[in-house]
Amino acid sequence: MIEVDNLSKTFKVYHHRKGFFGSFVNLFSRKHRIVQAVDSVSFTVNRGEIVGYLGPNGAGKSTTIKMLTGILVPTSGRVTVNGYIPHRQRKENAKRIGVVFGQRSHLWFDLPVRESFELLQRIYRIPEAQYCHNVEMFDKLLSLGNFFQTPVRQLSLGQRMRADIAAALLHNPDVLFLDEPTIGLDVVAKARIRQFIQQINAERQVTVVLTTHDLDDVEKLCKRVILIDNARLCFDGELAVLRRLLSTERLLIVDYAEVYPDISIPNVHITYQEGTRVQYRFSPEEISTARLISAILQKFRIVDISVQEPDIEELIKTVYEDNLLLNQRSNSP
Amino acid sequence: MHHLSLYFHFVKLRIRSQMEYRLSFVFDLFAQASISVIDFFMIALLFNRFKQLAGWNLWEVGFLYGMIGSCFALSEMIGRGFDIFQRSVVRGDFDTMLIRPLGTFYQVLAHEFLLRRVGRLAQAFVVLLIANSQLAIPWSFAKVAYLLISLVGGTCFFIGLCVLGATTCFWTVQSIELINIFTNGGVFMGSYPFGIYQRWFRHFFTFIVPLACVNYFPSLFLLEKVASSGASPLGVQLAPLAGLLFLSITMVFWRWGVSHYQSTGH
Repeated sequence: MIEVDNLSKTFKVYHHRKGFFGSFVNLFSRKHRIVQAVDSVSFTVNRGEIVGYLGPNGAGKSTTIKMLTGILVPTSGRVTVNGYIPHRQRKENAKRIGVVFGQRSHLWFDLPVRESFELLQRIYRIPEAQYCHNVEMFDKLLSLGNFFQTPVRQLSLGQRMRADIAAALLHNPDVLFLDEPTIGLDVVAKARIRQFIQQINAERQVTVVLTTHDLDDVEKLCKRVILIDNARLCFDGELAVLRRLLSTERLLIVDYAEVYPDISIPNVHITYQEGTRVQYRFSPEEISTARLISAILQKFRIVDISVQEPDIEELIKTVYEDNLLLNQRSNSP
Repeated sequence: MHHLSLYFHFVKLRIRSQMEYRLSFVFDLFAQASISVIDFFMIALLFNRFKQLAGWNLWEVGFLYGMIGSCFALSEMIGRGFDIFQRSVVRGDFDTMLIRPLGTFYQVLAHEFLLRRVGRLAQAFVVLLIANSQLAIPWSFAKVAYLLISLVGGTCFFIGLCVLGATTCFWTVQSIELINIFTNGGVFMGSYPFGIYQRWFRHFFTFIVPLACVNYFPSLFLLEKVASSGASPLGVQLAPLAGLLFLSITMVFWRWGVSHYQSTGH
Protein backbone atom coordinates (compact mmCIF):
# COMPACT_ATOMS: atom_id res chain seq x y z
CA MET A 1 0.00 0.00 0.00
CA ILE A 2 2.77 2.43 0.97
CA GLU A 3 6.31 1.87 -0.14
CA VAL A 4 9.13 4.12 0.92
CA ASP A 5 12.58 3.41 -0.36
CA ASN A 6 15.65 5.37 0.67
CA LEU A 7 13.63 8.52 1.01
CA SER A 8 15.52 11.73 1.82
CA LYS A 9 14.60 15.36 2.07
CA THR A 10 16.92 18.27 2.56
CA PHE A 11 15.84 21.85 3.09
CA LYS A 12 17.72 24.97 2.26
CA VAL A 13 17.35 27.37 5.13
CA TYR A 14 18.14 30.90 4.11
CA HIS A 15 19.82 33.42 6.26
CA HIS A 16 17.89 36.67 6.08
CA ARG A 17 19.65 39.95 6.37
CA LYS A 18 17.72 42.47 8.36
CA GLY A 19 16.67 46.00 7.49
CA PHE A 20 15.88 47.75 4.25
CA PHE A 21 19.34 47.43 2.76
CA GLY A 22 19.55 43.84 3.95
CA SER A 23 16.35 42.80 2.21
CA PHE A 24 17.66 44.37 -0.97
CA VAL A 25 20.88 42.38 -0.72
CA ASN A 26 18.75 39.27 -0.02
CA LEU A 27 17.37 39.49 -3.53
CA PHE A 28 20.75 38.87 -5.05
CA SER A 29 22.79 36.83 -2.66
CA ARG A 30 21.54 34.67 0.10
CA LYS A 31 23.52 32.53 2.45
CA HIS A 32 21.92 29.23 3.24
CA ARG A 33 22.63 26.07 5.11
CA ILE A 34 21.35 22.62 4.26
CA VAL A 35 19.18 20.85 6.79
CA GLN A 36 18.66 17.13 6.43
CA ALA A 37 15.06 16.57 7.52
CA VAL A 38 14.69 12.96 6.40
CA ASP A 39 17.67 10.76 5.69
CA SER A 40 17.42 7.50 3.71
CA VAL A 41 14.25 6.22 5.30
CA SER A 42 12.75 2.96 4.00
CA PHE A 43 9.65 1.08 5.07
CA THR A 44 6.56 -0.63 3.71
CA VAL A 45 3.04 -0.43 5.07
CA ASN A 46 0.46 -3.07 4.12
CA ARG A 47 -3.23 -2.61 3.57
CA GLY A 48 -5.25 -2.37 6.77
CA GLU A 49 -2.29 -1.75 9.07
CA ILE A 50 -2.16 0.95 11.70
CA VAL A 51 1.40 2.14 11.97
CA GLY A 52 2.68 4.56 14.57
CA TYR A 53 5.33 6.84 13.15
CA LEU A 54 7.14 8.18 16.17
CA GLY A 55 9.99 10.44 17.02
CA PRO A 56 10.89 13.51 19.05
CA ASN A 57 10.16 17.03 17.86
CA GLY A 58 11.93 17.88 14.65
CA ALA A 59 12.83 14.27 13.93
CA GLY A 60 11.31 14.41 10.48
CA LYS A 61 7.87 12.90 11.08
CA SER A 62 5.84 15.66 9.50
CA THR A 63 8.27 15.99 6.61
CA THR A 64 7.82 12.30 5.83
CA ILE A 65 4.03 12.62 6.00
CA LYS A 66 4.20 15.65 3.70
CA MET A 67 6.14 13.62 1.15
CA LEU A 68 3.65 10.75 1.38
CA THR A 69 0.74 13.13 0.84
CA GLY A 70 2.31 14.98 -2.10
CA ILE A 71 2.86 18.28 -0.30
CA LEU A 72 6.64 18.06 -0.55
CA VAL A 73 8.84 16.74 -3.32
CA PRO A 74 11.53 14.35 -2.02
CA THR A 75 15.15 15.26 -2.58
CA SER A 76 15.95 11.65 -3.38
CA GLY A 77 14.52 8.17 -3.00
CA ARG A 78 11.26 6.59 -4.04
CA VAL A 79 7.82 6.70 -2.56
CA THR A 80 4.54 5.21 -3.74
CA VAL A 81 1.11 5.27 -2.13
CA ASN A 82 -1.58 3.06 -3.67
CA GLY A 83 0.81 2.70 -6.59
CA TYR A 84 0.90 6.46 -7.19
CA ILE A 85 3.94 8.67 -6.80
CA PRO A 86 2.45 11.37 -4.56
CA HIS A 87 4.33 14.41 -5.85
CA ARG A 88 4.01 13.48 -9.52
CA GLN A 89 0.47 12.11 -9.44
CA ARG A 90 -0.64 14.44 -6.70
CA LYS A 91 -4.30 14.69 -7.72
CA GLU A 92 -4.78 10.95 -8.27
CA ASN A 93 -3.11 10.28 -4.94
CA ALA A 94 -5.21 12.94 -3.22
CA LYS A 95 -8.42 11.15 -4.22
CA ARG A 96 -7.30 7.99 -2.43
CA ILE A 97 -5.90 9.44 0.79
CA GLY A 98 -7.23 11.33 3.78
CA VAL A 99 -5.02 13.73 5.72
CA VAL A 100 -5.42 15.27 9.16
CA PHE A 101 -2.94 17.63 10.76
CA GLY A 102 -3.56 18.11 14.46
CA GLN A 103 -1.87 21.48 14.43
CA ARG A 104 -4.18 23.05 11.91
CA SER A 105 -7.52 22.44 10.30
CA HIS A 106 -8.08 21.61 6.66
CA LEU A 107 -11.63 22.91 6.87
CA TRP A 108 -12.84 26.36 5.87
CA PHE A 109 -12.49 28.63 8.82
CA ASP A 110 -15.59 30.74 8.33
CA LEU A 111 -17.93 28.03 7.07
CA PRO A 112 -20.16 25.87 9.24
CA VAL A 113 -19.04 22.24 9.42
CA ARG A 114 -21.99 21.17 7.28
CA GLU A 115 -21.02 23.52 4.44
CA SER A 116 -17.37 22.50 4.67
CA PHE A 117 -18.51 18.92 4.23
CA GLU A 118 -20.74 19.79 1.29
CA LEU A 119 -17.85 21.62 -0.32
CA LEU A 120 -15.71 18.52 0.10
CA GLN A 121 -18.48 16.47 -1.44
CA ARG A 122 -18.24 18.65 -4.53
CA ILE A 123 -14.44 18.74 -4.59
CA TYR A 124 -14.11 14.95 -4.35
CA ARG A 125 -17.28 14.35 -6.37
CA ILE A 126 -18.68 12.06 -3.69
CA PRO A 127 -21.96 10.39 -4.77
CA GLU A 128 -24.93 11.55 -2.72
CA ALA A 129 -25.68 8.11 -1.26
CA GLN A 130 -22.10 7.60 -0.08
CA TYR A 131 -21.99 11.11 1.35
CA CYS A 132 -25.20 10.68 3.34
CA HIS A 133 -24.17 7.26 4.58
CA ASN A 134 -20.78 8.56 5.75
CA VAL A 135 -22.12 11.66 7.44
CA GLU A 136 -24.69 9.57 9.26
CA MET A 137 -22.12 7.03 10.39
CA PHE A 138 -19.57 9.64 11.51
CA ASP A 139 -22.27 11.53 13.33
CA LYS A 140 -23.19 8.39 15.23
CA LEU A 141 -19.59 7.69 16.20
CA LEU A 142 -18.36 11.24 16.79
CA SER A 143 -21.59 13.13 17.65
CA LEU A 144 -21.03 15.75 14.99
CA GLY A 145 -24.68 16.79 15.25
CA ASN A 146 -24.03 19.06 18.23
CA PHE A 147 -21.86 21.39 16.19
CA PHE A 148 -22.76 20.56 12.61
CA GLN A 149 -24.11 24.07 11.96
CA THR A 150 -21.32 25.88 13.85
CA PRO A 151 -18.61 27.75 11.94
CA VAL A 152 -15.28 25.94 12.21
CA ARG A 153 -13.61 28.91 13.85
CA GLN A 154 -15.97 28.63 16.81
CA LEU A 155 -15.34 24.93 17.50
CA SER A 156 -13.44 23.68 20.52
CA LEU A 157 -10.22 21.85 19.78
CA GLY A 158 -11.85 18.47 20.38
CA GLN A 159 -14.82 19.27 18.14
CA ARG A 160 -12.54 20.60 15.43
CA MET A 161 -10.46 17.44 15.53
CA ARG A 162 -13.56 15.27 15.22
CA ALA A 163 -14.80 17.37 12.31
CA ASP A 164 -11.41 17.22 10.61
CA ILE A 165 -11.10 13.45 10.91
CA ALA A 166 -14.63 12.91 9.62
CA ALA A 167 -13.91 15.32 6.74
CA ALA A 168 -10.79 13.38 5.80
CA LEU A 169 -12.82 10.18 5.50
CA LEU A 170 -15.84 11.43 3.53
CA HIS A 171 -14.44 10.26 0.20
CA ASN A 172 -13.64 6.75 1.50
CA PRO A 173 -9.86 6.97 1.24
CA ASP A 174 -7.73 3.84 1.35
CA VAL A 175 -5.08 5.48 3.48
CA LEU A 176 -5.48 7.89 6.36
CA PHE A 177 -2.55 10.04 7.47
CA LEU A 178 -2.90 11.46 10.94
CA ASP A 179 -0.29 13.94 12.11
CA GLU A 180 -0.62 14.41 15.88
CA PRO A 181 -4.39 13.83 15.93
CA THR A 182 -4.71 13.98 19.71
CA ILE A 183 -2.41 16.91 20.43
CA GLY A 184 -3.82 19.20 23.09
CA LEU A 185 -6.95 17.11 23.68
CA ASP A 186 -8.26 15.98 27.05
CA VAL A 187 -8.42 12.32 28.05
CA VAL A 188 -12.06 11.81 27.06
CA ALA A 189 -11.63 13.41 23.65
CA LYS A 190 -8.49 11.39 23.00
CA ALA A 191 -10.25 8.14 23.88
CA ARG A 192 -13.11 8.98 21.57
CA ILE A 193 -10.85 9.70 18.62
CA ARG A 194 -8.79 6.56 19.20
CA GLN A 195 -11.91 4.45 19.29
CA PHE A 196 -13.12 5.99 16.06
CA ILE A 197 -9.82 5.35 14.30
CA GLN A 198 -9.90 1.76 15.48
CA GLN A 199 -13.41 1.23 14.23
CA ILE A 200 -12.77 2.79 10.83
CA ASN A 201 -9.66 0.70 10.44
CA ALA A 202 -11.50 -2.50 11.37
CA GLU A 203 -14.66 -1.90 9.32
CA ARG A 204 -13.19 -0.33 6.20
CA GLN A 205 -9.70 -1.75 6.14
CA VAL A 206 -8.36 1.80 6.01
CA THR A 207 -4.59 1.86 6.33
CA VAL A 208 -3.57 4.37 9.00
CA VAL A 209 -0.24 6.11 9.42
CA LEU A 210 -0.17 8.02 12.66
CA THR A 211 2.46 10.36 14.01
CA THR A 212 2.22 11.19 17.65
CA HIS A 213 4.00 12.22 20.79
CA ASP A 214 1.54 10.38 22.90
CA LEU A 215 2.63 6.86 23.79
CA ASP A 216 -0.90 6.15 24.93
CA ASP A 217 -2.08 6.67 21.35
CA VAL A 218 0.44 4.14 20.19
CA GLU A 219 -0.40 1.57 22.83
CA LYS A 220 -4.11 1.80 22.11
CA LEU A 221 -3.89 1.84 18.34
CA CYS A 222 -0.74 0.47 16.79
CA LYS A 223 0.55 -3.05 16.49
CA ARG A 224 3.56 -1.77 14.67
CA VAL A 225 5.72 1.28 15.20
CA ILE A 226 8.40 3.04 13.24
CA LEU A 227 10.75 5.26 15.21
CA ILE A 228 12.78 8.00 13.67
CA ASP A 229 15.29 10.26 15.29
CA ASN A 230 17.53 12.87 13.75
CA ALA A 231 15.98 12.23 10.33
CA ARG A 232 16.99 8.55 10.39
CA LEU A 233 14.89 5.49 10.94
CA CYS A 234 16.01 3.80 14.14
CA PHE A 235 13.39 1.13 14.80
CA ASP A 236 10.71 -0.61 12.78
CA GLY A 237 8.86 -3.43 14.40
CA GLU A 238 6.16 -4.76 16.67
CA LEU A 239 4.81 -2.67 19.47
CA ALA A 240 5.30 -5.71 21.73
CA VAL A 241 9.05 -5.27 21.38
CA LEU A 242 8.71 -1.64 22.19
CA ARG A 243 6.50 -2.41 25.14
CA ARG A 244 9.25 -4.51 26.64
CA LEU A 245 11.44 -1.46 26.44
CA LEU A 246 8.74 0.66 27.94
CA SER A 247 8.44 -1.58 30.95
CA THR A 248 12.13 -1.44 31.69
CA GLU A 249 12.15 1.64 33.82
CA ARG A 250 9.83 4.11 35.43
CA LEU A 251 10.12 7.11 37.66
CA LEU A 252 8.37 7.58 40.99
CA ILE A 253 8.22 11.09 42.37
CA VAL A 254 7.38 11.43 46.06
CA ASP A 255 6.76 14.55 48.14
CA TYR A 256 7.41 13.57 51.76
CA ALA A 257 5.70 15.25 54.66
CA GLU A 258 9.11 15.91 56.29
CA VAL A 259 12.79 15.38 55.57
CA TYR A 260 13.76 11.82 56.53
CA PRO A 261 17.39 10.87 57.12
CA ASP A 262 17.27 7.61 55.16
CA ILE A 263 14.79 7.23 52.37
CA SER A 264 16.49 4.49 50.40
CA ILE A 265 14.47 1.46 49.26
CA PRO A 266 16.14 -1.83 48.21
CA ASN A 267 16.45 -2.34 44.42
CA VAL A 268 15.49 1.28 43.72
CA HIS A 269 17.80 4.12 42.72
CA ILE A 270 17.39 7.64 43.96
CA THR A 271 17.98 9.83 40.93
CA TYR A 272 17.16 13.19 42.38
CA GLN A 273 16.51 14.72 45.81
CA GLU A 274 15.70 18.22 46.87
CA GLY A 275 14.18 18.98 50.27
CA THR A 276 11.20 16.73 50.75
CA ARG A 277 10.92 15.83 47.06
CA VAL A 278 12.58 12.61 45.94
CA GLN A 279 12.67 10.92 42.57
CA TYR A 280 13.20 7.16 42.37
CA ARG A 281 14.03 5.14 39.31
CA PHE A 282 12.85 1.54 39.36
CA SER A 283 12.22 -1.36 37.10
CA PRO A 284 8.72 -2.88 37.33
CA GLU A 285 10.22 -6.31 36.70
CA GLU A 286 12.19 -6.11 39.94
CA ILE A 287 9.64 -4.36 42.07
CA SER A 288 6.06 -3.65 41.06
CA THR A 289 4.76 -0.10 41.31
CA ALA A 290 2.20 -1.17 43.91
CA ARG A 291 4.80 -2.83 46.13
CA LEU A 292 7.13 0.12 45.93
CA ILE A 293 4.41 2.54 46.92
CA SER A 294 3.22 0.39 49.82
CA ALA A 295 6.84 0.01 51.01
CA ILE A 296 7.16 3.80 51.09
CA LEU A 297 3.80 4.29 52.79
CA GLN A 298 4.70 1.81 55.52
CA LYS A 299 7.78 3.74 56.56
CA PHE A 300 7.03 7.39 55.83
CA ARG A 301 4.31 9.98 55.69
CA ILE A 302 3.85 11.49 52.26
CA VAL A 303 2.04 14.49 50.76
CA ASP A 304 1.95 13.51 47.11
CA ILE A 305 3.12 10.72 44.87
CA SER A 306 3.22 10.24 41.11
CA VAL A 307 4.52 7.69 38.63
CA GLN A 308 6.08 8.85 35.39
CA GLU A 309 6.19 6.77 32.25
CA PRO A 310 9.21 7.23 30.05
CA ASP A 311 8.46 9.57 27.15
CA ILE A 312 9.41 9.19 23.53
CA GLU A 313 12.75 10.91 23.97
CA GLU A 314 13.70 8.43 26.68
CA LEU A 315 12.39 5.57 24.64
CA ILE A 316 14.65 6.50 21.77
CA LYS A 317 17.59 6.68 24.14
CA THR A 318 16.77 3.14 25.24
CA VAL A 319 16.49 2.00 21.66
CA TYR A 320 19.97 3.28 20.99
CA GLU A 321 21.40 1.87 24.18
CA ASP A 322 19.98 -1.60 23.59
CA ASN A 323 21.23 -1.48 20.05
CA LEU A 324 17.93 -2.50 18.59
CA LEU A 325 19.18 -0.63 15.60
CA LEU A 326 20.73 -3.92 14.58
CA ASN A 327 17.29 -5.16 13.56
CA GLN A 328 17.24 -2.44 11.03
CA ARG A 329 20.72 -2.67 9.59
CA SER A 330 19.90 -5.65 7.41
CA ASN A 331 17.65 -3.72 5.03
CA SER A 332 19.41 -0.37 4.86
CA PRO A 333 22.97 0.18 3.68
CA MET B 1 -17.91 22.07 -16.26
CA HIS B 2 -17.43 20.64 -12.81
CA HIS B 3 -14.51 23.02 -12.24
CA LEU B 4 -16.45 26.04 -13.42
CA SER B 5 -19.49 25.38 -11.27
CA LEU B 6 -17.24 24.62 -8.30
CA TYR B 7 -15.40 27.91 -8.90
CA PHE B 8 -18.63 29.88 -8.80
CA HIS B 9 -19.62 28.02 -5.67
CA PHE B 10 -16.34 29.12 -4.02
CA VAL B 11 -16.92 32.70 -5.19
CA LYS B 12 -20.43 32.64 -3.78
CA LEU B 13 -19.13 31.51 -0.40
CA ARG B 14 -16.42 34.17 -0.37
CA ILE B 15 -18.89 36.92 -1.23
CA ARG B 16 -21.26 35.74 1.45
CA SER B 17 -18.58 35.83 4.12
CA GLN B 18 -17.45 39.31 3.00
CA MET B 19 -21.04 40.47 3.26
CA GLU B 20 -21.08 39.56 6.93
CA TYR B 21 -19.33 42.84 7.57
CA ARG B 22 -21.72 44.88 5.48
CA LEU B 23 -20.90 48.33 6.82
CA SER B 24 -17.17 47.89 6.33
CA PHE B 25 -17.92 46.58 2.84
CA VAL B 26 -19.99 49.59 1.81
CA PHE B 27 -17.49 51.99 3.31
CA ASP B 28 -14.64 50.31 1.47
CA LEU B 29 -16.55 50.34 -1.79
CA PHE B 30 -17.12 54.05 -1.44
CA ALA B 31 -13.52 54.80 -0.40
CA GLN B 32 -12.15 52.80 -3.33
CA ALA B 33 -14.29 54.66 -5.83
CA SER B 34 -13.54 58.11 -4.40
CA ILE B 35 -9.78 57.57 -4.35
CA SER B 36 -9.91 56.59 -8.02
CA VAL B 37 -12.05 59.61 -8.85
CA ILE B 38 -9.34 61.84 -7.37
CA ASP B 39 -6.85 59.87 -9.45
CA PHE B 40 -8.58 60.80 -12.67
CA PHE B 41 -9.18 64.32 -11.48
CA MET B 42 -5.39 64.80 -11.35
CA ILE B 43 -5.11 63.77 -15.00
CA ALA B 44 -7.96 66.08 -15.96
CA LEU B 45 -6.22 68.93 -14.14
CA LEU B 46 -3.11 68.34 -16.20
CA PHE B 47 -5.10 68.64 -19.41
CA ASN B 48 -6.70 71.82 -18.22
CA ARG B 49 -3.26 73.35 -18.72
CA PHE B 50 -1.84 71.42 -21.69
CA LYS B 51 -4.91 70.40 -23.76
CA GLN B 52 -2.82 67.78 -25.63
CA LEU B 53 -0.32 65.12 -24.61
CA ALA B 54 1.70 63.50 -27.42
CA GLY B 55 -1.26 64.08 -29.70
CA TRP B 56 -3.87 62.72 -27.29
CA ASN B 57 -6.65 64.83 -25.84
CA LEU B 58 -8.24 64.45 -22.40
CA TRP B 59 -10.97 62.02 -23.41
CA GLU B 60 -8.64 59.81 -25.38
CA VAL B 61 -6.44 59.59 -22.28
CA GLY B 62 -9.61 58.97 -20.27
CA PHE B 63 -10.25 56.00 -22.53
CA LEU B 64 -6.76 54.65 -21.77
CA TYR B 65 -7.31 55.27 -18.09
CA GLY B 66 -10.73 53.60 -18.05
CA MET B 67 -9.43 50.51 -19.80
CA ILE B 68 -6.38 49.97 -17.62
CA GLY B 69 -8.33 50.83 -14.46
CA SER B 70 -11.07 48.31 -15.28
CA CYS B 71 -8.54 45.57 -16.01
CA PHE B 72 -6.65 46.25 -12.82
CA ALA B 73 -9.79 46.27 -10.67
CA LEU B 74 -10.97 43.03 -12.30
CA SER B 75 -7.60 41.39 -11.75
CA GLU B 76 -7.62 42.39 -8.09
CA MET B 77 -11.08 40.96 -7.73
CA ILE B 78 -10.36 37.65 -9.42
CA GLY B 79 -6.64 37.21 -8.70
CA ARG B 80 -6.80 38.17 -5.05
CA GLY B 81 -5.75 34.65 -4.03
CA PHE B 82 -2.36 35.24 -5.62
CA ASP B 83 -2.10 38.69 -4.07
CA ILE B 84 -2.37 37.25 -0.57
CA PHE B 85 -0.57 34.03 -1.40
CA GLN B 86 2.22 34.72 1.07
CA ARG B 87 -0.35 34.56 3.86
CA SER B 88 -1.64 31.22 2.53
CA VAL B 89 1.88 29.81 2.69
CA VAL B 90 2.53 31.06 6.22
CA ARG B 91 -0.83 29.83 7.50
CA GLY B 92 -0.46 26.46 5.85
CA ASP B 93 -3.48 26.93 3.57
CA PHE B 94 -1.32 25.97 0.64
CA ASP B 95 -0.53 22.63 2.30
CA THR B 96 -4.26 22.01 2.40
CA MET B 97 -4.57 22.82 -1.30
CA LEU B 98 -1.89 20.27 -2.09
CA ILE B 99 -3.85 17.45 -0.48
CA ARG B 100 -6.95 18.21 -2.57
CA PRO B 101 -7.54 16.54 -5.94
CA LEU B 102 -7.58 19.88 -7.78
CA GLY B 103 -4.90 21.94 -9.50
CA THR B 104 -2.99 24.42 -7.35
CA PHE B 105 -3.46 27.33 -9.76
CA TYR B 106 -7.19 26.74 -9.79
CA GLN B 107 -7.39 26.48 -6.02
CA VAL B 108 -5.41 29.66 -5.34
CA LEU B 109 -7.66 31.47 -7.79
CA ALA B 110 -10.77 30.11 -6.10
CA HIS B 111 -9.37 30.77 -2.64
CA GLU B 112 -10.35 34.43 -2.58
CA PHE B 113 -12.60 36.81 -4.46
CA LEU B 114 -12.46 40.47 -3.50
CA LEU B 115 -15.91 41.81 -4.26
CA ARG B 116 -15.17 45.25 -2.84
CA ARG B 117 -13.05 46.07 -5.88
CA VAL B 118 -16.37 46.56 -7.60
CA GLY B 119 -16.11 50.19 -6.43
CA ARG B 120 -12.94 50.75 -8.33
CA LEU B 121 -14.17 48.82 -11.33
CA ALA B 122 -17.33 50.94 -11.48
CA GLN B 123 -15.34 54.17 -11.32
CA ALA B 124 -12.95 53.13 -14.10
CA PHE B 125 -15.78 51.84 -16.24
CA VAL B 126 -17.75 55.06 -15.83
CA VAL B 127 -14.68 57.03 -17.01
CA LEU B 128 -14.50 54.68 -20.00
CA LEU B 129 -18.17 55.27 -20.80
CA ILE B 130 -17.90 59.06 -20.49
CA ALA B 131 -14.78 59.08 -22.64
CA ASN B 132 -16.64 57.00 -25.21
CA SER B 133 -19.59 59.40 -25.28
CA GLN B 134 -17.22 62.34 -25.83
CA LEU B 135 -15.20 60.64 -28.56
CA ALA B 136 -17.98 59.32 -30.82
CA ILE B 137 -16.11 56.10 -31.68
CA PRO B 138 -17.71 54.33 -34.66
CA TRP B 139 -18.47 51.02 -32.90
CA SER B 140 -18.90 47.85 -34.91
CA PHE B 141 -19.33 44.25 -33.84
CA ALA B 142 -15.62 43.60 -34.48
CA LYS B 143 -14.61 46.59 -32.41
CA VAL B 144 -16.77 45.57 -29.46
CA ALA B 145 -15.33 42.06 -29.61
CA TYR B 146 -11.84 43.55 -29.82
CA LEU B 147 -12.51 45.73 -26.76
CA LEU B 148 -13.75 42.72 -24.77
CA ILE B 149 -10.71 40.66 -25.72
CA SER B 150 -8.50 43.61 -24.74
CA LEU B 151 -10.19 43.84 -21.34
CA VAL B 152 -9.76 40.10 -20.84
CA GLY B 153 -6.14 40.36 -22.00
CA GLY B 154 -5.46 43.24 -19.63
CA THR B 155 -7.03 41.41 -16.71
CA CYS B 156 -4.94 38.34 -17.54
CA PHE B 157 -1.85 40.54 -17.71
CA PHE B 158 -2.35 41.90 -14.20
CA ILE B 159 -3.25 38.46 -12.84
CA GLY B 160 -0.04 37.21 -14.44
CA LEU B 161 1.91 39.82 -12.49
CA CYS B 162 0.26 38.63 -9.26
CA VAL B 163 1.14 35.04 -10.17
CA LEU B 164 4.77 36.07 -10.63
CA GLY B 165 4.76 37.76 -7.24
CA ALA B 166 3.11 34.75 -5.61
CA THR B 167 5.59 32.35 -7.20
CA THR B 168 8.49 34.12 -5.50
CA CYS B 169 6.92 33.06 -2.18
CA PHE B 170 8.17 29.54 -2.89
CA TRP B 171 11.72 30.75 -2.34
CA THR B 172 11.34 33.63 0.00
CA VAL B 173 8.63 34.12 2.55
CA GLN B 174 9.42 37.82 2.53
CA SER B 175 7.14 39.29 -0.05
CA ILE B 176 8.89 40.96 -2.93
CA GLU B 177 7.52 44.44 -3.38
CA LEU B 178 9.02 44.55 -6.85
CA ILE B 179 5.79 43.28 -8.37
CA ASN B 180 3.85 46.24 -6.98
CA ILE B 181 6.06 48.51 -9.04
CA PHE B 182 4.59 46.80 -12.08
CA THR B 183 0.99 46.53 -10.92
CA ASN B 184 0.35 49.92 -9.31
CA GLY B 185 3.05 51.51 -11.43
CA GLY B 186 1.54 49.85 -14.50
CA VAL B 187 -1.83 51.43 -13.89
CA PHE B 188 -0.22 54.83 -13.54
CA MET B 189 1.99 54.38 -16.57
CA GLY B 190 -0.77 52.92 -18.70
CA SER B 191 -2.94 55.96 -18.02
CA TYR B 192 -0.74 58.03 -20.32
CA PRO B 193 -0.03 57.59 -24.03
CA PHE B 194 3.11 55.55 -24.55
CA GLY B 195 4.54 58.11 -26.96
CA ILE B 196 5.70 60.22 -24.04
CA TYR B 197 8.10 57.52 -22.81
CA GLN B 198 11.65 56.66 -23.86
CA ARG B 199 12.21 54.11 -26.60
CA TRP B 200 13.84 51.41 -24.42
CA PHE B 201 11.08 51.89 -21.89
CA ARG B 202 8.39 51.38 -24.53
CA HIS B 203 10.11 48.25 -25.78
CA PHE B 204 10.40 46.85 -22.29
CA PHE B 205 6.68 47.35 -21.65
CA THR B 206 5.75 45.89 -25.02
CA PHE B 207 7.94 42.82 -25.37
CA ILE B 208 9.01 41.85 -21.83
CA VAL B 209 6.15 43.05 -19.65
CA PRO B 210 3.41 43.52 -22.27
CA LEU B 211 1.51 46.34 -20.59
CA ALA B 212 1.25 48.39 -23.80
CA CYS B 213 -0.21 45.40 -25.66
CA VAL B 214 -3.33 45.28 -23.51
CA ASN B 215 -3.93 48.99 -23.18
CA TYR B 216 -2.07 51.39 -25.43
CA PHE B 217 -2.20 49.43 -28.69
CA PRO B 218 -5.86 48.44 -28.28
CA SER B 219 -6.69 52.10 -27.62
CA LEU B 220 -4.80 53.09 -30.78
CA PHE B 221 -6.93 50.64 -32.72
CA LEU B 222 -10.25 51.60 -31.18
CA LEU B 223 -9.59 55.34 -31.40
CA GLU B 224 -8.30 54.92 -34.97
CA LYS B 225 -4.90 56.34 -34.24
CA VAL B 226 -2.88 53.42 -35.60
CA ALA B 227 -1.79 55.13 -38.79
CA SER B 228 -0.63 58.32 -37.08
CA SER B 229 1.32 56.36 -34.42
CA GLY B 230 3.40 54.38 -36.89
CA ALA B 231 2.64 51.07 -35.17
CA SER B 232 2.24 47.91 -37.26
CA PRO B 233 -1.51 47.39 -37.98
CA LEU B 234 -1.29 43.60 -37.69
CA GLY B 235 0.72 43.88 -34.49
CA VAL B 236 -1.92 46.15 -33.01
CA GLN B 237 -4.69 43.74 -33.93
CA LEU B 238 -2.94 40.82 -32.26
CA ALA B 239 -1.62 42.80 -29.30
CA PRO B 240 -4.37 41.97 -26.75
CA LEU B 241 -3.48 38.29 -27.03
CA ALA B 242 -0.12 39.13 -25.41
CA GLY B 243 -1.99 39.37 -22.10
CA LEU B 244 -3.16 35.77 -22.42
CA LEU B 245 0.30 34.66 -23.50
CA PHE B 246 1.85 36.47 -20.53
CA LEU B 247 -0.50 34.72 -18.11
CA SER B 248 0.28 31.35 -19.71
CA ILE B 249 4.00 31.91 -19.25
CA THR B 250 3.57 32.89 -15.61
CA MET B 251 1.49 29.72 -15.13
CA VAL B 252 4.44 27.64 -16.34
CA PHE B 253 6.65 29.54 -13.92
CA TRP B 254 4.07 28.85 -11.20
CA ARG B 255 4.15 25.10 -11.84
CA TRP B 256 7.90 25.13 -11.59
CA GLY B 257 7.66 27.10 -8.34
CA VAL B 258 5.22 24.62 -6.80
CA SER B 259 7.75 21.82 -7.25
CA HIS B 260 10.18 23.88 -5.15
CA TYR B 261 7.72 24.40 -2.34
CA GLN B 262 9.26 23.74 1.07
CA SER B 263 6.15 24.07 3.24
CA THR B 264 6.33 25.58 6.69
CA GLY B 265 7.66 23.50 9.50
CA HIS B 266 5.82 21.98 12.33
